[in-house]
Amino acid sequence: MGVAEKLKGLLLSTPAEGAGGRTGTWRVYRPVINYSKCTKCGLCWLYCPENVIDWLEDKSIRVNYDYCKGCGICADVCPVKAIDMVKEVVV
Amino acid sequence: MTSQISLAKQVRRVLVGDHAVAEAVKLARVNVISAYPITPQTLIVERISEMIDRGELKADYIRVESEFAALAAVYGAAVGGVRAFTATSSHGLFYMYEMLWWAAASRVPFVMAVATRVVGPPWNIRNEHSDLLTIRDSGWIIGMAQSVQEAFDMTLTAFKISENEKVLLPVAIGLDGFILSHTAEPLDIPSQEDVDSWLPPRNPRIPYTIEPGGEPITMGNMPKNEVYHALLKKYMDESMENAKKVIAEVYDEYGKLTGRNYGPLTECYRCSDARYIAVSMGAWSGDIMGAIERLRDEGYPVGLLRIRYLRPFPEEDIIAWINGAKGVIVFDRDYSAGLGGVLASEISGFIPSNVSFEGVLTGLGGFDVSPDEFRGIIKEFIDKTEREGPIKIRKYWYIPKVEG
Amino acid sequence: MGMVTMTELHKYGTRKFIMPGTAACPGCPLQIGMRELAMALDGKFAMVIPAGCSSVIPGMAPYTAYTVPVLHVPFASSPAVASGIVRAVRQRGNEDPVVVWAGDGATADIGFAALSGAAYRNEDILYIMADNEAYMNTGIQASGTTPSKAWTTTSPKGKTEGRKDVALIMLMHKVPYVATASIAYPMDFIDKVRRAMQVKGFRFIHLHAPCPPGWKMDDAYTIRASRLAVETGMWILWEYNQGKLTISSPSVPYKDKGRRKPIEEYLKLQGRFSHLTKEDVEEIKANVDKQWDLVLRLTEIYK
Repeated sequence: MGVAEKLKGLLLSTPAEGAGGRTGTWRVYRPVINYSKCTKCGLCWLYCPENVIDWLEDKSIRVNYDYCKGCGICADVCPVKAIDMVKEVVV
Repeated sequence: MTSQISLAKQVRRVLVGDHAVAEAVKLARVNVISAYPITPQTLIVERISEMIDRGELKADYIRVESEFAALAAVYGAAVGGVRAFTATSSHGLFYMYEMLWWAAASRVPFVMAVATRVVGPPWNIRNEHSDLLTIRDSGWIIGMAQSVQEAFDMTLTAFKISENEKVLLPVAIGLDGFILSHTAEPLDIPSQEDVDSWLPPRNPRIPYTIEPGGEPITMGNMPKNEVYHALLKKYMDESMENAKKVIAEVYDEYGKLTGRNYGPLTECYRCSDARYIAVSMGAWSGDIMGAIERLRDEGYPVGLLRIRYLRPFPEEDIIAWINGAKGVIVFDRDYSAGLGGVLASEISGFIPSNVSFEGVLTGLGGFDVSPDEFRGIIKEFIDKTEREGPIKIRKYWYIPKVEG
Repeated sequence: MGMVTMTELHKYGTRKFIMPGTAACPGCPLQIGMRELAMALDGKFAMVIPAGCSSVIPGMAPYTAYTVPVLHVPFASSPAVASGIVRAVRQRGNEDPVVVWAGDGATADIGFAALSGAAYRNEDILYIMADNEAYMNTGIQASGTTPSKAWTTTSPKGKTEGRKDVALIMLMHKVPYVATASIAYPMDFIDKVRRAMQVKGFRFIHLHAPCPPGWKMDDAYTIRASRLAVETGMWILWEYNQGKLTISSPSVPYKDKGRRKPIEEYLKLQGRFSHLTKEDVEEIKANVDKQWDLVLRLTEIYK
């Protein structure tokens, strides 16, 4: 194996989900979307630091709870308060 | 591998060491040079600037604000996929120290010339090897020239060694400050066409390039497991071992190209029938050879092992040459505080207990040591060994008396 | 050149410029800023990142959360390394952006010499100083851009020094493009990046990035705090583009002192200012006025 090959995965990294871990487990609160209130403006998608909100083709919103850290920015920026931060329940 | 290499057309010129290095940079068609002045290297970057202005070399010339930036910039250029070069000395080398390690462990190839110089205080622009030796742990391949011709040859071959895919480590070429950097000697210079046929352009794919729109790779984020870092160190070691063979191959080719054949890592002068071996590196090796000549006339069976490349450490060469010797005397134009000479300490581990050994510290601060003084020191060592049996002198300070 | 709209940005609705699952703190402003930068550049750029939060945010090898080519470099070196990379890639015929994404520590302090060098050489790089106003990655120590009176671990009674105005220092380097921006004004930031891309040479954007743990603030308030910074006049959005310096439209209303929201609204969100006295707040207000005065006069000079 040449030097270049040996460097891959050690010195050189490639993009992947969860490179910082299963960050959904960090959450204490989870964002819950009230779809009847949601105006599909996309602001929550725009400001999500973790990129876990999808603003789909039809402009509806989907949250990836595998990685959502529950920071609450989406709820704070939502202009119609369609997102509630709900305490995570331990089952 | 290159096909049949034929002897190049060469032109004889008389140049100071710094200018000879600049000629090599030009012939290697370096793409990016960063320039920051420091005595006694400044002539290198000045000459390169003139060459670019005259259209002899097409390259980006970056007038950086410090040596730290000088190395950072050529490191960046190497990561960007082109051939890069810079030059420095003593304090400047120390100012780029952090970047030196980062660059070597990034495994990108490029070349730097170090015109060796004393480190202050007090301020001193004269020659000493201590500065170059401080980078010996960093992962850089380190060569030291004895003559202006060799400074030229080592700079030119450095690109080929560095860029070899079994090596991929940066190369530092040392030349004695003022003694070589500012001293004119004749040298033979191959033509651009002949160098082009032997030295192809840098291949940006080896080992990798970070470029906008390129492969989405990241260099350098934290490893998930510390073991990765240990593996990287081991791979660096393997590359250093590979470098021994690659250096030999490159000089073999270069010998066919120029007619100049060097012992790749070391050269041993009159060693085949020597019972005592002196060891040195750099320009003063020539003066020591003068001393050896006189001692031979007096019947002393002594030779000189000249180290050309200190990294990778030429362990095999050293073991082979000192095998059967009665005594080894090492000349250090450097001092590692609290220990002694660096070369002496690196070599002493290979000296059997029944072999005489002396580490001489001299020429420090840049004072001259004449062939006759070398002769006296070596003679004293050999005489003492012959009288008393094996002696071990870790630090023999040779400092002449100062007049009034 | 048209202004960016949410309709246009919708095309990035499911695009992950940064892969989810990073090591960033919840509510991290750097994440928001980098996503906005990537949208502005359509994901086609390379980054040089000196030591800082962004060295750690992308997670661990063999993986990274960043989806563009990235070179991690020593703390003080990013402008110099970027100078080398950009020269190399331009020689090889690549005209795409080389971006330095650096924090305030790397830019205003340890990398200041290299920053000055790259700026005065007018290197063709886009330099984003993502300013969270302290050395956050090492645990909240005061930097050259930490505001006066702020608590940090190295200024527990409140910082006595003021801030270095790095953007104005860049202006004095005579570079073609300098701007301030805020993560809470993404359209303004994205438009600025795009206008910067129309210019060749050294382009500097000072991006305000309020940090919840560092400022002792609820992690939901990152955008709220960023907005209040502009609405109270504490953060002035301006742009200098090849000879002309203008106040950016989100900051225009706050030229008028009377229209600025009370500074207290901004300060009370942040635990790092909880020890402030009335005199302290008056001093801060006076400094805000002085800064507005300075920037407004510069708009007159650079007409």
